[in-house]
Amino acid sequence: MKRLAIIDVERCVGCQLCMFACSRRLGFAGLDKAALYAKSVGGFERGFTVIVCRACIDAPCLRACPVDALRARTGGGVLLDPSKCIGCRFCEKACDIRAIFWDDSTNKPVICVHCGYCVNYCNFRVLGIEETGK
Amino acid sequence: MMNQNNVLYIDLERKCFHVRNRSDLFNEWLGGVGVALQLYKEEAVRGATPFDPGNVIVFAIGPLTAFYPLASKVVAVFKSPLTGNYGESHAGGRSATAIRSAGYEAIVIKGVSDRPIYLVISEKGVQFRDAATLWGMRSTYTVGRVLREALLGAGVRTIMRIGRAGEKLVRYACVVTETYRHFGRMGLGAVFGSKKLKALIIYGKSSIRAPKIKVYRDAYDEIYGLAIKSDSMKKYHELGTALNVLPLNALGALPTKNLTSNKFEEAERISGESLASNKLGRRVACSHCPVACIHLATIREPYPDEPYFYKTTFVSYDYEPIYSLGSMLGISNVDDLLKLMDEVERGGLDAMSTGVALAWATEAYKKGFVKSNDVLVDIDWGKVDAYRVAVEFVLNQPNEFYEALAKGIDYASKVYGGKEFALSFGGNEMPGYHTGPAAYIGYLIGSRHSHLDSAGYSLDQKTRGLTPDELVDRLIKEECWRQTLSSLVVCYFSRSIYEPSVVKKALNALGYESNEEELEALGRRIYEEKQALKASEGFDPTSLRAPERIFETPSLHGFIDRDYIRTALEHYSKVFKKIVEKTF
Repeated sequence: MKRLAIIDVERCVGCQLCMFACSRRLGFAGLDKAALYAKSVGGFERGFTVIVCRACIDAPCLRACPVDALRARTGGGVLLDPSKCIGCRFCEKACDIRAIFWDDSTNKPVICVHCGYCVNYCNFRVLGIEETGK
Repeated sequence: MMNQNNVLYIDLERKCFHVRNRSDLFNEWLGGVGVALQLYKEEAVRGATPFDPGNVIVFAIGPLTAFYPLASKVVAVFKSPLTGNYGESHAGGRSATAIRSAGYEAIVIKGVSDRPIYLVISEKGVQFRDAATLWGMRSTYTVGRVLREALLGAGVRTIMRIGRAGEKLVRYACVVTETYRHFGRMGLGAVFGSKKLKALIIYGKSSIRAPKIKVYRDAYDEIYGLAIKSDSMKKYHELGTALNVLPLNALGALPTKNLTSNKFEEAERISGESLASNKLGRRVACSHCPVACIHLATIREPYPDEPYFYKTTFVSYDYEPIYSLGSMLGISNVDDLLKLMDEVERGGLDAMSTGVALAWATEAYKKGFVKSNDVLVDIDWGKVDAYRVAVEFVLNQPNEFYEALAKGIDYASKVYGGKEFALSFGGNEMPGYHTGPAAYIGYLIGSRHSHLDSAGYSLDQKTRGLTPDELVDRLIKEECWRQTLSSLVVCYFSRSIYEPSVVKKALNALGYESNEEELEALGRRIYEEKQALKASEGFDPTSLRAPERIFETPSLHGFIDRDYIRTALEHYSKVFKKIVEKTF
């Protein structure tokens, strides 16, 4: 299985094309449907932080979900069943790297499914796809 | 069509706001400059001077914003304190995406606040916040740092702010956004200052949906493919706009020492190649731009009082500040140049006007038009320390001379003389292209007297032997199409990508039914609207003059012919008159 990975965050120019791509998967123009997040480390000159789901094998977000809306994804990470999700935001709080984002319009989490669509638009090879081994 | 077409109206005097859907305007004028111009006409008080409460600031994005790559710009429209007429400036950074994310497509700011304020704008509306603490801060960097820490929206917001230049109403004060991008020209910063408006922070979480996902994604991929494969985009990524220094110098088109020369013998030292090899620290991008043309150089300075203790400063550089603060002032030491750029950036001044103003002041001083008790510091070509002090004087205006210089060289040269070498066109200090007649006619007849109106510098490099009438018509044609581009709103660097057929495809994929002819006709109409507006504000094309200096220094086309320029201006006056008669 594959996962989305940061290859070299120092190459990030902050163009946000990855975030636009992630929103565009679903036909949206904007940034708030994105399951990853690039922001400056306090001013553009200091570079950027790119937050992506690490595809945990034993995912804390999954363990925090009280209604079984998250299930383990083969190869790491989780998959969301929105019909079960009650919007409690426990998963969001359980993720220490803050890779779970929130869609205010649906009141549900936005979680990376490691599809790699964003990688196609990262012109600077910050993002890549990595084999997880199983 | 899925755009919300919401316009946010803000009244600084009454500290109130409201939102109105203006699909009427967006349907007719697309967005960006097309809509901003109409909002300006609706909201600005007729005859209001630039610093009157009746002057308004309009920001607008367009139908492509957030949908497509390189649609990364915001258009600002206002009355310019530098030219006294129509003002327009574009900037990138995060500003365009942030306005879209906050749920608006245009923002109108009117009135004057009774005290310094800054505004926090989101989907929830506008918070009016006390800027007493921020007012008078030495550096625009610090203002940015403070606001970054204090407010929400990291990564998806824009922080537009002015520096001391704007507060002190320097007529060429800029508005800085995301620290390294600017609404640079024509004095928007001074209009902010006159309204006691220190900063705007805009953020939000809104998205819009394309009507047909697959059609939209296919159109996107086509444009993205064009963008990343294009040669010009590659060049802008590698060396940035600074790549132009050596070619323009080789052509004899690099204005040097107030255009007493068309070549800078030390151009190599301040070239894009030299900066990229020796000083480049990081490249960054505007939101939704795969090019990343923003080049940040580093200066490493030891502190004199302690060994091995250094300060590292990042300075954004582009062709224009290299020209205006480098070759124009005879500065070739790259560290000196970067320090001067940094000083200008911290103060919130437009680099181009500042450099050209200091170049004029230097020549006026050397020729005795102004005295040492006017300039207060011994300015001379290459003397960076003196120029750094002079920049501080422009900001503080300690005497009448600097008060005049802060009003631009058109004004200062009327008071002190030296008009023949005051490189100002329609009131706007010249950009860095001494390429030939098209560049100068472009500065004179362009709606905002900018090289960006019609790119005459490019026409000069591509053509020979055009008649004056042909040349004017070509420039106007280019300016018309640029109205369409800045209604979408896309970055002009991507103009070779956003050709009419591509624009049509991009819009059609979003449900707009425009075709190439309509898009071109729209650009023409917006151009005509601008000319009519300028006429109503008192602009008279027959009053346009070029300073003598441009005829004295040979260009890429040799010595520029006075008669050629005069004939071209006569032709433009006729075109202008016809437009105005038709529109009224």
